Amino acid sequence: MELSGLAAYAVFFSVIAGIYALLSLGLHLQWGRTGLFNVGVSGFFAVGAYASALLTTPPAAQHVGGFGMPFAAGLAGATLLAGVLGLVVGVPTLRLKEDYLAIATIGIAETIRQVFANEPRLAGGVQGLRDIPRPLRGAGAAADNLAFLAIVILAIAAAWWCLARAGRSPWGRVLTAIREDEVVASALGKDVVRFKMEAMVVGSAIMGAAGSLYAHFIGFVSPDAFEPLAFTFLVWVMLTVGGSARPSGAVAGAFLIWGVWTGAEFAVSHLPATVQTKAGALRVILVALVLEAILLLRPEGLVREKKGTDLFS
Amino acid sequence: MLQLVVNGAIAGGIYALAGIGLTLTYGILRFANFAHGDLMTLGAYLALLLVGLGLPLAPAFLLALPLGALAAIGVDRALYRPLRRRGSTVLLIASIGAALLLRNLVLLSWGPQMRYFREEIQIAWRLPGGVMLKPDQALILVVCAASIVLVHLFLTRSRPGKAMRAAADNLDLARVCGIDTERVVLWTWGIGGVLAAAAGILLGLEIQVRPVMGWELLLPVFAAVILGGIGRPYGAMAGGLLLGVAQEVSTAWIAPHYKGTVAFAILVAVLLLRPQGLLGRARRWS
Repeated sequence: MELSGLAAYAVFFSVIAGIYALLSLGLHLQWGRTGLFNVGVSGFFAVGAYASALLTTPPAAQHVGGFGMPFAAGLAGATLLAGVLGLVVGVPTLRLKEDYLAIATIGIAETIRQVFANEPRLAGGVQGLRDIPRPLRGAGAAADNLAFLAIVILAIAAAWWCLARAGRSPWGRVLTAIREDEVVASALGKDVVRFKMEAMVVGSAIMGAAGSLYAHFIGFVSPDAFEPLAFTFLVWVMLTVGGSARPSGAVAGAFLIWGVWTGAEFAVSHLPATVQTKAGALRVILVALVLEAILLLRPEGLVREKKGTDLFS
Repeated sequence: MLQLVVNGAIAGGIYALAGIGLTLTYGILRFANFAHGDLMTLGAYLALLLVGLGLPLAPAFLLALPLGALAAIGVDRALYRPLRRRGSTVLLIASIGAALLLRNLVLLSWGPQMRYFREEIQIAWRLPGGVMLKPDQALILVVCAASIVLVHLFLTRSRPGKAMRAAADNLDLARVCGIDTERVVLWTWGIGGVLAAAAGILLGLEIQVRPVMGWELLLPVFAAVILGGIGRPYGAMAGGLLLGVAQEVSTAWIAPHYKGTVAFAILVAVLLLRPQGLLGRARRWS
C-alpha cells in the first residue's frame, strides 16, 4: 500500500501530534484536574522512552541491556517506571506549596538528562540508543506509519476515556476540590496528599507511555531529544491553549499547537537564508506569545470546564 | 581545597545576588518567577551592548543596572500585573512564557555564540595558602559583598525598604497600615531587576555571556533561595554562599558536570528535612 505525499505526511504529523496529545492528557490529570504544577514533563517522557528502548533492543556490549523483549513489555515497563518516578518526585514535594513541585520537577528533568548524557554504561551516553524495534512493521514505510498511528489513536482513546470517566467519578471530584481549595478538601476529611500522589503517579505513567511510543516510532533516543523546550514547554502551551480542565481540551490543544509549531517551521523554510538561522528563536517567540495571549484573554483555554451543576445534566 | 572554597564563594556570591531578587519577588508577590534567570541574561547582554557602543566596562556595567530594572518592571506591567488577581499558578505559567520570550529575543538580537567582556587573559594573583585569584574574581567578591551590605541597609534603613519588609511579612496588614502596595511592587521589581542584571554581568565576567546562561543558573538559584528560606533576603544570601561552596567542594569527589545535580540533591534534602529553609519560620496557614 502506498500513500500520496500529503497523506503520508498527514499520518506522520498525526503520530507526533498524538504522542503530544498523550503527554498533554497526563498533564491534564496533574495540572488541569488536580492543580499539580509539573514542569518536568520532558523528564517523565525521557524515562519512558529510555526504559522502553532498553527493554526492547537486542543485547549490546556498550551498556546494560537491551533485553530484547517485545513492544508490549517495553510499553508496560515505561509506564511503570515513569509512574515510580512520579512517586519519587511526589514524596518530598506534595506536602508543600505548588511552587516547590514546580522547582523540583524542573530539577528532576534536568538531572535525568544529565545522567543519560554522562553515563554511557547506563544508556549509551550522548550517542543515545538506536535500532529500537517498531511494532507492526513490514508493509512498506507508509503502511507502517499508518499501523503505528492506529496504536497511538488506541492509546489516546484509552487514556481519554479513562480520564473523562475519572473526572466525573468521586475520585475525580476530590481532585477538583483539591485544585480549587486544598484546605477545604482536607477539612472534609480527604487525605489530600494521597489523592495528589495518585494523580501525580497516574499522570506521570501516561507521560511514560507517550515516551515509549515516541522511542518506538522514531527508533532512536538521545539526551538531546529531551530538551525541556520541546517536551515540557510545548506541552504546557498545548494544554493551556486547549483548556486544561478537560481531556478534549488537552487533545485539541496538542493537535492545534503542533500544527502551529510545524506550520511555523514550514513558513520559515521559505524565508531567505539569513533569516533562517534565527528561525528557531522566532518560532519559540511565536508560541510563547500565543501562550501569554491565551493567559491574558481566555485563561480557561478553548474548551471550557463544565460547571459543577452541569455535571449531572 | 581552599581553592575550591574560594571558587565556591565566587559562584555563591553570584547566586546570592540573583537569589535576593528572586526571593523578594516571591515574598511579596507569592509566585516563583521562572523568568528571573533570563533577566540576568538580558542584563549581561545590555551591558555588552553598551560596551559595544564604546563605553568602558565600569560605566557600561553601572548603566546596565537601571536598564535591567526597567526590563523587570516592563515584564511586570505587560504581563504579571494584569494576571496578579488570578493567583500564583497562572503567574507561574506566565513567567515560564516570559522566560522563553526574553531568552529568544536575546537569541534573535545577538545570536547564539559566546561572547566575552574582555578579550585579554588575566594573570591570577597567587595568594597565601596557594589560592589563585584573578583580578576579575576579586572584583566579583567585592561587588557581591558590597551589594549585600547595600541591600541590608536599604531593607533596614530606608522607607521603601521597610515597606517592602512589611509587605513581605503580611500584605493585607501592610495595606491596612497605609502602605501603597503597588509602589512596593514597583520597588521590588526594580531592586530585583538591578540585582539580576548585576548577577548576570558578574557571571558574564567570570565565565562568558551566552543566551542560556541565566536559565542554567535558575535551578541552583532556586535551590539557594529555598535552602535559605524562600521569601527571606538574608536566607538567600546565606543559602547562595553555602550552595556555591557546597557545589565547588563536591567537585573534589563528584564529576563536575553533576554540579547541577548536587544543587538539586541539596534542594530535595531541604524540602524533606526543613522545607521552611534555614532561616524560615515554620509554615502557618495564611
